[in-house]
Amino acid sequence: MRQRFDYLKETPSQTAGPYVHIGLAPGAAGFRIYDQELGWDIASPNAEGERIRVEGMVIDGTGLPVKDVLLEVWQANANGVYAHPEDGGAVEDGFRGWGRVISDFETGEWGFGTVKPGPVKGRGGQMMAPHINLWIVARGINVGLNTRVYFEDEAEANATDPVLNVIEWERRRATLIARRSERDGLAIYRFDIRLQGDDETVFFDI
Amino acid sequence: MSTPPEQGEFYQRDRRWHPPALSQDYKTSVTRAPQYPLISLENTASEITGPAFGHNDIAATDNDLLTNFAQPGESPIGERIIVHGRVLDENARPVPNTLVEIWQANASGRYRHKKDTYLGALDANFGGCGRTLTDENGCYHFRTVKPGAYPWRNRVNDWRPAHIHVSVFGTGFAQRLITQLYFEGDPLVARCPIVNTIPDPEAVEMLIARLDMNATIPLDTIAYRFDIVLRGRRSTLFENRLEGN
Repeated sequence: MRQRFDYLKETPSQTAGPYVHIGLAPGAAGFRIYDQELGWDIASPNAEGERIRVEGMVIDGTGLPVKDVLLEVWQANANGVYAHPEDGGAVEDGFRGWGRVISDFETGEWGFGTVKPGPVKGRGGQMMAPHINLWIVARGINVGLNTRVYFEDEAEANATDPVLNVIEWERRRATLIARRSERDGLAIYRFDIRLQGDDETVFFDI
Repeated sequence: MSTPPEQGEFYQRDRRWHPPALSQDYKTSVTRAPQYPLISLENTASEITGPAFGHNDIAATDNDLLTNFAQPGESPIGERIIVHGRVLDENARPVPNTLVEIWQANASGRYRHKKDTYLGALDANFGGCGRTLTDENGCYHFRTVKPGAYPWRNRVNDWRPAHIHVSVFGTGFAQRLITQLYFEGDPLVARCPIVNTIPDPEAVEMLIARLDMNATIPLDTIAYRFDIVLRGRRSTLFENRLEGN
């Protein structure tokens, strides 16, 4: 008798297409339907930690900005704890750690305000440098792309981060480091994502 | 038989079952597909955790596209359908309390989006998006109209089959999935370059909702069944040093 497994196969992915905003950000598509849209409150005003803004563009293989992209954000709070029961600790009221942003239809610029995450415990108890997990969908992207935003001013932690160090091509690690500047007293981290070609951003199979 | 809670890592995603990033016939993918291989990561808390949503986040009526944008007493034009099913993981366990979001064109194949310029008419009583949470058994349902096919600029005469876009969360960020639901018997499915990004015909079959006469409401609404499978997790038979000590 041949042994049989009863596992199911995962539902295959399809592109989110050009009109992803209708479902996930209807206000941007041009109409109001829900009492509240989801994803605009990654870290509410009472979340602890340094307020930051992360912004950038997604750039295609010809060097042009992708103007119909949607990104989702998943991050720990300033203490390195995820708002999820399996992560053990508690997070402050109003800290969700998840958000959703879209690029501007004219310029391709996107950005979100949040708090800077703390270091998170990785495998084997080793600490991971502060990072924000991103998931990117758009027309022409068949399976959502996963990447991570690390911070330029965390050079010491980045140097020992177990995920960055898994990238054998050391030069490519720099594609995951957001550049810090200040605007009106607010820390701005610039994170441009290159889908293809020179300086292509590192994407993960998580 | 009781089963232990699953706290281990997610099964590796089968990237030969999913579409590849680059598929020449879906032209937009050519400049939006990474050329370098993905870097494979073992799961950490960053991948195993994910956002949770509750009934405070959405309205109970958000899953009814026949009424959620219509003027009082009016109804969108089109074939009234129920779309229902279960969200399961690869271990065939239900995924309860997870957010399912959908969006679609109206019966003419026209989207309510400022970038859609197709000649098909907008429907004043149809928005085209809905959302719901699965119940404790992983079940979800929507009421809507069956979307129409529409043309798109790929090759000059390409038409998308009728489809509903579906977004699902699961419990961990690694399960995040967006896909498209197609309808049983639609002759455009086999001709579609986006469908055909999927290499395995068995995988395409998973995206085709089946006519479900048993869930149909006689003289009212016809029904389609669409089950969704998210990545499963290992049960931790042996210590896998995920958290370490």
